[in-house]
Amino acid sequence: MTDSVTLTPDARTFEAARGEADFPHSPVARFGADTPLRLDAGGVLTSFQIAYQTYGTLNAARSNAILLCHALTGDQHAANVHPVTGKPGWWETMVGPGKPIDTDRFFVISSNVLGGCLGTTGPSSTNPATGQCYGLDLPVVTIRDMVRAQSMLIDHLGIDRLLAVVGGSMGGMQVLQWAASYPERVFAVMPIATGARHSAQNIAYHEVGRQAIMADPDWLGGRYLAAGTSPRRGLSVARMAAHITYMSDSSLHRKFGRRLQDRDGHTFSFDADFQVESYLRHQGEAFVDRFDANSYLYVTRAMDYFDLAADYGGVLANAFKGTKTRFCLVSFTSDWLFPTPASRAVVHALNAAGASVSFAEIETDKGHDAFLLDEPELFAITRGFLDAAARTVGVS
Amino acid sequence: MSEAARTDTGARVDLLVIAEMVEPATRVLDVGCGDGVLLELLATTRGCDARGIELSREGVNASVSRGLAVIQGDADIDLADYPDNSFDYVILSQTIQATRRPKWVLEQMLRVGSHAVVSFPNFGFWRMRLELLMKGRMPRTENLPYSWHDTPNIHFCTIRDFVGLVDEVGAQIDQAVALNGYGQKVRFNWPWSVWNLVGEQAVFLLSRKG
Repeated sequence: MTDSVTLTPDARTFEAARGEADFPHSPVARFGADTPLRLDAGGVLTSFQIAYQTYGTLNAARSNAILLCHALTGDQHAANVHPVTGKPGWWETMVGPGKPIDTDRFFVISSNVLGGCLGTTGPSSTNPATGQCYGLDLPVVTIRDMVRAQSMLIDHLGIDRLLAVVGGSMGGMQVLQWAASYPERVFAVMPIATGARHSAQNIAYHEVGRQAIMADPDWLGGRYLAAGTSPRRGLSVARMAAHITYMSDSSLHRKFGRRLQDRDGHTFSFDADFQVESYLRHQGEAFVDRFDANSYLYVTRAMDYFDLAADYGGVLANAFKGTKTRFCLVSFTSDWLFPTPASRAVVHALNAAGASVSFAEIETDKGHDAFLLDEPELFAITRGFLDAAARTVGVS
Repeated sequence: MSEAARTDTGARVDLLVIAEMVEPATRVLDVGCGDGVLLELLATTRGCDARGIELSREGVNASVSRGLAVIQGDADIDLADYPDNSFDYVILSQTIQATRRPKWVLEQMLRVGSHAVVSFPNFGFWRMRLELLMKGRMPRTENLPYSWHDTPNIHFCTIRDFVGLVDEVGAQIDQAVALNGYGQKVRFNWPWSVWNLVGEQAVFLLSRKG
């Protein structure tokens, strides 16, 4: 967070972000016609790529791999300096040597999701069939498509079974999908601040964001990259709206209250008089420099379509029938995007399926974003859960 | 029972008695598991698939941090979510007196598990009776240190009261152990009335009739 705001676009970082779409600053697994990716929407990607990062070392038994699933606007740079923004990775608090997800013990994999814009095939990637960006020609992707692609990456890395899959928010949806789709490939899973489906309210917020993007004259029906423009204002507004849902009223109040930004009184204009306005504008602007507008449409849509129970006859317990996977769910008291009852619904289904499940609700006023912040209780639970899994599997 | 287990549980002799009642390698649900001491004991010394429910956030987080499978939840509500016969044993250790609906909880335990194990402080213990008789005030002991206005315990009972409840829910008593003020087992061939007087705590193993 900064106190002042720069509203001029940073052309340098924007170009850097564009360059990441096909040739990211991270390893890339490329898949060709021999391993096509079938999508839920119908259609096949005959060639696609997944960008990822790894931390730590895979042991000889290949039993210490942990997959991280990132949230809506996250990426593969979980625990390294981000090549575009120069900022620390999104889960640097959690992942690293001696940290709860200990890279001295575990081989940690973090991949960019399908539909993203940091090197995994998405709307800003080059369509090999045309040589142009996909834009909206890319079929809509689902959480299950993302997970299917991730499983191909895990195959590619020569790993049969993951010690754990861990992630929050949209990442938590992927974690649940992993447990449902590949129960024999995951020993333990940690879905954090998530749910088995996106609620109507959540879909509503996403729609506001998408409409903001599509209402921007620079969006050009999704073909803005070819025209050398970008719907910066629309994407920025989308981010501002979404950002509010990631925080809680009390955390916003604690941070900003009604304090004014660099002035003594109201200007009686539509300038950013209040610090909270200035903060949101900054969040919106900073986001535009690292994220692609069409990717935002695709990943929000993937979350909207997610409804795990619907894939199993409307009975969530059936998604986990006979599972041997160990579950640990975590929710936060002030999260109103994925409130505790959303986690409890999953816990009830897991109980009904006879699964081994832990569930903790952590008291915090930091809202949905708490899983990305310094939360000692979350760290202790993650460490304890993963240690127990490692002990059982025999990872030293 | 290993020496290590004895040391770990310290004064909670009732936990050792419970652990002895549970067959090894069975599926166990501990309702109101606190920080998971009994769960850990069952998992490490009896090889049980042990799960827990705990109301307090601190207890859940401590348990999960220790690698135990524990859910934050309320016994008075959440037992309804478990399918029939999903566990071999459902344990309620020193918790029944803190539930709002003891009878419902006991019925649910016997539905969810084929056996129920219940341990509780006996309010008919002679020292309780004496304190109330002599001082005219609600008794406080080492195991029950709360003041009457500040206690989570809302449904105290005596051993005889509990036996009455067992009858009411139509369960049978497979084993019953009373522990005296020194944590020693009271001789089993003594009559209920003596148990009710000298037992500071009681542990019952129940199952469904028929």
